[in-house]
Amino acid sequence: METISGILDNKGTPLEKQTFTWKEMAGQPISKLDDDAFTRVRIILMNGVETDALRLKHGIARFNRELRLPLAEIRRVEQHQATMVNWLIGADHSPLETTVAYEQVAIEVTAAVAQNEPDPYQGQTYRFGLLEDFDHLYRYSAMLDRLEGKDANNILQGYTDIVPGRKTSEHHRHPENDIRDNYEKNSAALITKIHAALITGAEYQTHDYYMNIGPLFADPLARQLYAEIASVEEQHVTQYGALSDPSESHMEKWLVHEAMEVYLYASCAEQETNPRIKAIWERFLDYELGHLNVACEWFKKLEGRDPAEVLAGPLPKMVEFKSQRDFVRQVLAAEVNLRTAGPAYVDKAKEPQSSLDYRNHLASQGLASDIVSAGYQWAPGGELMRKAS
Amino acid sequence: MATAAKVGSNFTGVQMSPKDTKRLLEAVNEIHPDVPGDERGMLVERTERSAEAGRIGSVPVPGSAKGMLKTGFDMMKGKSPEVFLDKLGERLAFERNGVRLYEAMIAKARSLDAGSELVGMLQHLRDEEFEHMLLVRQAIESLGADPTAQTPCADVAGVMAMGIMQVLTDPRTNLAQCMNALLTAELADNAAWELLIELAQAAGHPNIADSFVKAKTQEDDHLVKIKTLMRRDLVMQTR
Repeated sequence: METISGILDNKGTPLEKQTFTWKEMAGQPISKLDDDAFTRVRIILMNGVETDALRLKHGIARFNRELRLPLAEIRRVEQHQATMVNWLIGADHSPLETTVAYEQVAIEVTAAVAQNEPDPYQGQTYRFGLLEDFDHLYRYSAMLDRLEGKDANNILQGYTDIVPGRKTSEHHRHPENDIRDNYEKNSAALITKIHAALITGAEYQTHDYYMNIGPLFADPLARQLYAEIASVEEQHVTQYGALSDPSESHMEKWLVHEAMEVYLYASCAEQETNPRIKAIWERFLDYELGHLNVACEWFKKLEGRDPAEVLAGPLPKMVEFKSQRDFVRQVLAAEVNLRTAGPAYVDKAKEPQSSLDYRNHLASQGLASDIVSAGYQWAPGGELMRKAS
Repeated sequence: MATAAKVGSNFTGVQMSPKDTKRLLEAVNEIHPDVPGDERGMLVERTERSAEAGRIGSVPVPGSAKGMLKTGFDMMKGKSPEVFLDKLGERLAFERNGVRLYEAMIAKARSLDAGSELVGMLQHLRDEEFEHMLLVRQAIESLGADPTAQTPCADVAGVMAMGIMQVLTDPRTNLAQCMNALLTAELADNAAWELLIELAQAAGHPNIADSFVKAKTQEDDHLVKIKTLMRRDLVMQTR
């Protein structure tokens, strides 16, 4: 796919033919053991994309009577797409194992996006967030090992490093240091808009997941760890959400989101190794083309403009679902000491007092992310295997 | 019975990704932990939090005062009658859950075409779990207490049983895996009945203790049956 507008001739599956049964939605999960980790990465990512599609459309419907029915019709399909995708995660994943998988998504996808992003400031923002999710993976891996006696690498399958990044205890910032500069809608590349919509949606999902499962843990340290990291995910939603242009109309945001969904399903379909799951990505790619076309029609009707004004421009290659170890390692070496001052990236020494005060108070009664990861060093099979040898 | 394990493309171990593992270990050797200490810090924190914590909940006041004074009720006796009542609540919850475990197991056995003999046996065990549930209900009622209340031990038993139910109802698990889950339940159940009889005696309720002896005998039989089935199946496949 070189352009989105180039594929607008493809109308995809008409909305009325986008049907499901309950049984296929709650279908057979993937194998935690035998499927490639990137199959799970794509599943988690696309659930995040679909739930964000619902979120955006509910938001638009609050402000637009005329669009309420067409949005509801598309949302119903998206609800069922999200179900079918999310139910692919098997019940043998403990919530903590799924958490490790969520962080793998955040790391590998954000790293891929950061390298494809043409806007330097936006790229910097992705690299900044990346190092935080990278650290979350390390803290959660320690928690998984020390709580459940499990090896996070069983989930990660060797693709992602398990070492400290920017320390989680230093992620908590004053809100004034979480707002980022936005792209300008008239000059930004389409891929810049797509990236912002994608990563915001993915982080939103992660935030919501942690908020839901955090209280399921009995261990007070696990509960607190989720509280600490869920708060960072809220900051990430804030920062990534700030990347898009607030002067975009609702219709423009809808178009970009649909284009993003098309781009992502195409990326998934291109690289999927499990034939059963690949068929789902292909089917949903056609569904998304249908949604995009509905959005284009409403755009023409309501704004009297050509959707190509928003969707024009070349797209880089598909999102690459592969280990981004080398890139992450470089970013870690170069940028681990970056902090934020308002929308700017600054050295650790220049971090504003507002963030320091904010986090010092939060941490004044202890930090679970420090306690659970004290001295933690990953070893094949978990740290006990190393201690035993 | 179906083979308990198959060879396939399991990606989880380091042997499946030697190059990636090498890179991962390089990172681990280069980038060290940034917080000093070890897992003992968790022990300290957990100890502190346990000291600060409240309780799961309470044992409800046994029946109404009026109910308790009625003739025919075996008055609550012993130093801490609520301890016994809590354990009775636990057994009731466990047996009720046990009925559902066997029902899930019967579905599994049927789906695996495991033979009517096995299904019949499971049905028999299920029915006995149901009998035990009624027996405990009766004992709780005889004390003037409420068998519908969820006592703290009953609640905790429910937490413990969650994993077993997940194993039994997962359509992908095989018979041997499910037998193992049932064995976990039956081992705990067996020891629990033994203890409960002793507690009934200690609490001054010999009638209740006597009524529980039959259940214990049946539970002994459950344990032997599940262990034998599992062992026979797996040894046959391994040999």
